[in-house]
Amino acid sequence: MTQTLDVVQKPPPSRDERMATRSPLSRLLNRPEVGALMGAIVIYLIFFGVAEPFRSADSLSSVLYLSSTYGIPAVAVALLMIGGEFDLSAGVAVTSSALVASMFSYQFTTNMWIGVLVALVVALAIGFINGYLVVKTGIPSFLVTLGTFFMLRGLNLAITKQVTGNVGTNDVSDIQGFDSAKKVFASSFDVGGVSIRITLIWWIVFVAVATWVLLRTHLGNWIFSTGGSAASSRAVGVPVNRVKIGLFMTVGFLCWFTGMHILFNNNTVQSGIGLGNEFIYIVAAVVGGCLLTGGYGSVIGAAIGAFIFGMANLGIVYAGWNPDWFYFFLGALLLGAILLNNWVRKRAEAMR
Amino acid sequence: MTTATAESTAERTRAPLVRLVDAGKHYGNIIALQGVSLEVGGGEVTCVLGDNGAGKSTLIKIIAGLHKHDEGSYEVDGKPVHFDSPREALDRGIATVYQDLAVVPLMPVWRNFFLGNEVRKGVGPVSLMDIRFMKRTAKKELSDMGIDLRDVDQPIGTLSGGERQCVAIARAVYFGAKVLILDEPTAALGVKQSGVVLKYVLQAKERGLGVIFITHNPHHAYPVGDRFLLLKRGRSLGYYSKGEISRDELTALMAGGAELEELHHELERGGGALAEAAQEMEEDVKELGITPAGGRT
Repeated sequence: MTQTLDVVQKPPPSRDERMATRSPLSRLLNRPEVGALMGAIVIYLIFFGVAEPFRSADSLSSVLYLSSTYGIPAVAVALLMIGGEFDLSAGVAVTSSALVASMFSYQFTTNMWIGVLVALVVALAIGFINGYLVVKTGIPSFLVTLGTFFMLRGLNLAITKQVTGNVGTNDVSDIQGFDSAKKVFASSFDVGGVSIRITLIWWIVFVAVATWVLLRTHLGNWIFSTGGSAASSRAVGVPVNRVKIGLFMTVGFLCWFTGMHILFNNNTVQSGIGLGNEFIYIVAAVVGGCLLTGGYGSVIGAAIGAFIFGMANLGIVYAGWNPDWFYFFLGALLLGAILLNNWVRKRAEAMR
Repeated sequence: MTTATAESTAERTRAPLVRLVDAGKHYGNIIALQGVSLEVGGGEVTCVLGDNGAGKSTLIKIIAGLHKHDEGSYEVDGKPVHFDSPREALDRGIATVYQDLAVVPLMPVWRNFFLGNEVRKGVGPVSLMDIRFMKRTAKKELSDMGIDLRDVDQPIGTLSGGERQCVAIARAVYFGAKVLILDEPTAALGVKQSGVVLKYVLQAKERGLGVIFITHNPHHAYPVGDRFLLLKRGRSLGYYSKGEISRDELTALMAGGAELEELHHELERGGGALAEAAQEMEEDVKELGITPAGGRT
């Protein structure tokens, strides 16, 4: 008995001598977003080299604006993916929010902000229903949200046609409250002669808040653990179902925000837009180092992923390449990023 | 002198931390557990032994609050309880370390250690985790338990199976568990790793915790256990204190002396090489010092 149990223990030193082997480089390589960062730098340099117009500050501002419109929902999609779930309905939920706000205020001749708030309630409800169905049925979120994706797509078109007799909504720009709402969701300002869109600021705010929540609060701990192992989390008392529903509602919230931007940027909303954008959000999150199976990833990475998407999207135009090839490049980029991420993660593990 | 005697009397009369009397559980018409009694006090290790399907899991689930018993009684500190959730059992100081569910592999050790019990600074929505405190505490608690980690920031999945179990045990101890239920902590581990886990079982015992140690390995149970409950097909096959049973008897009971004997007869009838094997088996059975009837005490 004593033989088996008598293991010699050294007293632990205050500063572990084995830690010296871990360099700052290996620490950096352990960050989930490092693969995306390297990819972003390479793509930036390529376009900087080949596309003269890409080098101007205005172009960078345009790229950042485009990136932000995809990057904002991608923040929530990344959190959700870290929490172990998918949301395929996010792309059309953006459109749904914009349609609801626009049609509500127009049809009931209310202040624009009432429509905005009604849209918020609807978007949060969509997120709640997605989350509730996933946690209560145990059906993979891929299938549940595929279902709600088609339902929303149908509702967007059917209700819009029913209400407006058209596939798009009426112009809301003369409704009371439009101007103040536009200031919040779709204005721009000048910095040193370069026009900056306000979505960029909001994007940075959302990324900062989400990163802070993820890394510094107990909620972040719960998000990681829910995605990493829901059963283990439940066993130590983490309210896994509430975390998941909350994450789906966060996706709903940022879809609503993006929908409001689209509405106040364009004054009207076409009911068919947003299809396929859910994949862009997921691509941004995956390129940014989020593990498809959950439990690992970063919101900053997803932001870099969205930035890569924006650069590639506009860079092709600036470089004068045939834009028909864009989606081919996007797919290749995704595959490349996944391979790079895998490689980096394995390297990082080996360096420990 | 008098106080010492009074204390020891009080010690003796104090109700055990956990006591089951004739507990049973049905799932529909299937009797998963029947007439099982067990108790564990502070500083004691009660081992539950049994083969697959013996009812060990059902027993743990009752004690851990996942299922309610439908027969007999379940007492904690002498008071009958009916837990509705594992959280309630946890609040009464009964913590369960499941073999597969102990940790979240991709998360750092310190995050795992405090998962579900994060230490926060500040109040309300702006409450931050006290990361420095948690890292320091995790490191200290683990080194107190003899687990010397390079870095509490490494994903817990990079630790060995035994170390992971130990982190889970240390965590339960730190968060005030009075009774630890260990569900086959050594099942998936090698010899050396198992030794490490057994050491922590003893350490928990020395700290005054009650431990319910579930295993199918009598060689792991005997060195650390004070009491042994043997389960078979949902019933108690025997409940012994350490003085009443030797390691070999325990092994023989676990192996099922009667079954060995039966198998021996069957093999003997087969003739040839099978009969040879039967001969060997008979010697083994003799060596273990049991008769088929001995298994039924």
